[in-house]
Amino acid sequence: MIEIRNLHKSFGEKVVINDVSAVMEAGKANLIIGSSGSGKTVFIKCLVGLFEPDRGEVLYNGVSFTTMEDEQRKELRQKIGMLFQGSALFDSLTVQQNVMFPLNMFTSLSYSEKLKKVNEVLERVNLKDANKKFPAEISGGMKKRVGIARAIVLNPKYLFCDEPNSGLDPQTSLVIDKLIYEITKEFNITTIINTHDMNSVMEIGDHIIYMYQGDKEWEGSNKEIIYSRNEKLNDFIFASEFLKDVKEMRTREAEGK
Amino acid sequence: MTFFNHFGRYLLMIKGMISKPENWKMYWKELMHQCYDIGIGSLGIVVIVAIFIGAVSTLQTAYQLVSNLIPRSTIAQIVRDTVILEFAPTITCIVLAGVVGSKIASELGNMRVSEQIDALEIMGINTKAYLIMPKILASFLMIPVLVVIAGVLGIWGGRLAGTLSGILAPEEFETGLLGGFLPYNVVFALYKAYTFAFIISSIPAYFGYYVQGGALEIGKASTTAVVTSCIMILFADYILAALLL
Repeated sequence: MIEIRNLHKSFGEKVVINDVSAVMEAGKANLIIGSSGSGKTVFIKCLVGLFEPDRGEVLYNGVSFTTMEDEQRKELRQKIGMLFQGSALFDSLTVQQNVMFPLNMFTSLSYSEKLKKVNEVLERVNLKDANKKFPAEISGGMKKRVGIARAIVLNPKYLFCDEPNSGLDPQTSLVIDKLIYEITKEFNITTIINTHDMNSVMEIGDHIIYMYQGDKEWEGSNKEIIYSRNEKLNDFIFASEFLKDVKEMRTREAEGK
Repeated sequence: MTFFNHFGRYLLMIKGMISKPENWKMYWKELMHQCYDIGIGSLGIVVIVAIFIGAVSTLQTAYQLVSNLIPRSTIAQIVRDTVILEFAPTITCIVLAGVVGSKIASELGNMRVSEQIDALEIMGINTKAYLIMPKILASFLMIPVLVVIAGVLGIWGGRLAGTLSGILAPEEFETGLLGGFLPYNVVFALYKAYTFAFIISSIPAYFGYYVQGGALEIGKASTTAVVTSCIMILFADYILAALLL
């Protein structure tokens, strides 16, 4: 579980995260949604320590990450996996070497044991035949899957995904969403996903936080979001023409017409 | 950002890379990889530059020594000392600032903008220690070797040019080469090599590691890194000469 207490971050005069508090539970897909520039990425980067918040606390299972010593942080980070927007695979390493990298760095397993583990996770993300390929030789969707494989190879307790669907077609997005969701349930991981993809929201959003200009504007689940009366949230989720029709239908229903 | 901001952050970067490795084997592997890249990767250009510099200095020294009162072997002495004291360490390192420096800056810059450095940080790796320290150590190991090779080949190039152009016979060159040789000059060249090795690796690493933006900024960082390294090499060259000669 991750607890966020009054997290605040600004860059110069611009406030990017404004006293946000939330609880992200284990075994759930916790989605941070909001339009571009709403502070989602900065929020997620504050949670993993890539940005230092100005004030507020981030507690991992009750232990404050913000006030931790460097060594403690290093230990905790080995329990964190992260899928980056651009996958952030190491260009000069093959798929197999990319996934094996955390094992090489943090375990004393033999090469055959590491290889077995790598093959297991690659199989888990449905990517068996790409071991010897370099990141430049595989598609965007495959890169994301390799990114997920690398993030879960050390059996993390926390999984962060920064816009996992960006640059992917709707079908591949669905596959990635399902994969992240299954892994979350399978390993009881606290997963935090930063997205503005409404399909993901409806598909896997166990717990959703809507951010608007650095503020937490709404919190709920995918069952509740569609019935929300929050105007800003509605403007966001019903932005597409198709969903505008849904909104109008819903309004007519509510008015009994 | 002011000069003092940059300098302060540069010092913090140097301080930040001193920590216990997460895995000695991985750091060793990275060090060897960097030794290969910096040492073997730059050998070709160093060989070419050194031979031609030696050859040209023989021809130009001969051109300037017009008096019959000065023995021809003096040409070899002048070539030897200029190659050892200045050309081998300084010119080689200026060339290396271009070759190695731009590579370090663009490699780290690319890793920064593609979030590979963030990915390593998230894993709990000290990226300054894992990415920068091996580059600096590899430079310490390989650049003095390259400077020594450049010195030897520079003198050999001078001898070859002297022979081919008929300016002085190989025997005359060897007489001059051994006459009045000061071993301290080699030590001084190595002092320079170690100082320049640190400049060539740490300054581009700084500009690459802290790059922000995209491809354009990586290019700018790479250029700034090379220009700054060259200026710092020339500045350090003067300081060392003033202090140690």
